[in-house]
Amino acid sequence: MRTREPRGFGFYALALFFAAFVLFLYGPMIAIFVLSFQGPEGGLVFPMRGWSLHWFAKLMEGVGVVDIWAAFGRSLRLGALVTALTVIFSLLASLAFRKKLRFGSALFFVTVASLIMPSIIVSLGIGLSFRLLDTGLKSLFTAVGWEGALESFTTTMGLYSSALGAQLTWTLPFGLLVMFSVFNRFNPAYEEAARDLGATPWQSFRHVVLPLIGPAVVGVAMFGFTLSWDEIARSSQAIGDLNTLPLELQGLTTTVTTPVIYALGTVTTVVSFIVVGVTLGLMALLARRRRGGAHR
Amino acid sequence: MQAPGIATEAPALREATPGARREVAPTTHGAWSLPAWLQATPMSLVFLLFFLVPLALIVAVSFWDATEYELIPAFTPKNYINVFDGCSNTSELCVTLKTYLSTFKFCFLTWLFTLVIGFTVAYFLAFYVRSTSVQTLLFVLCTIPFWTSNVIRMISWVPLLGRNGLVNEGLIKLGFIQQPLEWLLFSPFSVVLAFVHLFTFFMIVPIFNSMMRIDRSLLEAARDAGATPWQTLWNVVVPLSRTGIIIGSIFVITIVMGDFVTIGVMGGQQIASVGKIIQVQTSYLQFPLAAANAVILLAVVLMIIWALTRLVDIRKEL
Repeated sequence: MRTREPRGFGFYALALFFAAFVLFLYGPMIAIFVLSFQGPEGGLVFPMRGWSLHWFAKLMEGVGVVDIWAAFGRSLRLGALVTALTVIFSLLASLAFRKKLRFGSALFFVTVASLIMPSIIVSLGIGLSFRLLDTGLKSLFTAVGWEGALESFTTTMGLYSSALGAQLTWTLPFGLLVMFSVFNRFNPAYEEAARDLGATPWQSFRHVVLPLIGPAVVGVAMFGFTLSWDEIARSSQAIGDLNTLPLELQGLTTTVTTPVIYALGTVTTVVSFIVVGVTLGLMALLARRRRGGAHR
Repeated sequence: MQAPGIATEAPALREATPGARREVAPTTHGAWSLPAWLQATPMSLVFLLFFLVPLALIVAVSFWDATEYELIPAFTPKNYINVFDGCSNTSELCVTLKTYLSTFKFCFLTWLFTLVIGFTVAYFLAFYVRSTSVQTLLFVLCTIPFWTSNVIRMISWVPLLGRNGLVNEGLIKLGFIQQPLEWLLFSPFSVVLAFVHLFTFFMIVPIFNSMMRIDRSLLEAARDAGATPWQTLWNVVVPLSRTGIIIGSIFVITIVMGDFVTIGVMGGQQIASVGKIIQVQTSYLQFPLAAANAVILLAVVLMIIWALTRLVDIRKEL
């Protein structure tokens, strides 16, 4: 397509620009990874005062009054649930869009609107809704005269209600768009072949469609988890009493002045990279199995 | 090639336009026997309960009254009057207008830098890298940091820009300055820097996507017709990357307009923004006031998006 001609000045100028950009992207992050291995006397800046795992050990003990490991666990569990729901809901919805769907363009419009809506507005709205729900429930209990419920009831807001919903408004648009881009290139002839061979709709979904879109489904799962894992803006007003890890981390930026915060940063980044790495590996595996199956 | 596949197809936002969606072959059979509306119900319910209802409630509550303890349903313009309190004063700007002005400033600067950097990076990747695998590799390289925590990426500037950070130390050793520069960190400068660091990704992906769809023979035709590289860039590549540029711009602008996390952390909790005001008001449980601010912010953002899409059409007409 393109002929091999000597690279001009433009190429080298742009390559230099690109290299500078990559340095800009990675440089600061590498700095804090290195600094998290400071010795016990080390501070927030270079030079390194010795090398140790001191700050990781400190991190294991916890950071100040914040129970960082409880937050870690909450983030993992919420992330897992968000991932599962994102995969199921966006897969189902994308299947619906392949058929004639009434109000399909309305749903699509809402999805895109949710994606570009400033997060603070969504967050405020959800927080507000749950507060009003609380008020409503309390007056209901009072009206019915349900004393026991009134005394034990505190709030409907929480990790698995309002915060979960807030995160789904952020992960589902990504999930749906990924599924769209996959089904855009999907060849329905395979399904027709399956049908002609007498497969039931479920069989053709299970044995034809799902293996073909498998890598993309895994990709949606990765989006779901990593977006939830780092999410702050949408859950901030809708989280209730118990914070997730990124919310705790955001609070720590103003109070913690030791490299322990870098150690925490290194740990969360490693978790992100493990998730992305496992996902990419799984997708490669699924793709290879699919190709292998085709040859057999 | 499957692994990098997600990187290129996942953010394939261009496919997100309703026009492109119609390419999906409608199949009346297969794809599971459940009726379509049933398959779409879970997602529709999430958006109804956690997006549409909350938005409607924000609009409603922005007209409500409140005491320190409870919200009182009413219909009063009080909150809006409060937001624009003192704005009729022409000699000095009121707080709200000042805040919007500074938010716009951050928005414009971030947009400008992310656009220039994002376009240049995408242009290099799409047109100057010859091998597809190198292209994919470099593209993935640009998207990897997106998968790590934003707060971590923000505080990663501390060792570089802090009072005793690398930049200040370096400049002092080289004799350029005597005192450490104070405006490097927890300043408007560091806020814009962090925005560019975090969100250039949102420009690169859609612009790269648009560029990869440009028919390469158009570039050859331009060259054969005697266009200089600059003319080709300006008259062929830029107009054909329009969709990507607009999508990227919408992303960056809506994020920055509503942001309170980046401005909080990188501004040392000292710089005001519209999002920050809403956050502070909710923490003091001033919900009707926060709701009024949210409605105004929403109107402003919608106007910007509308203007952006208009801008494109107008140019097309010319």
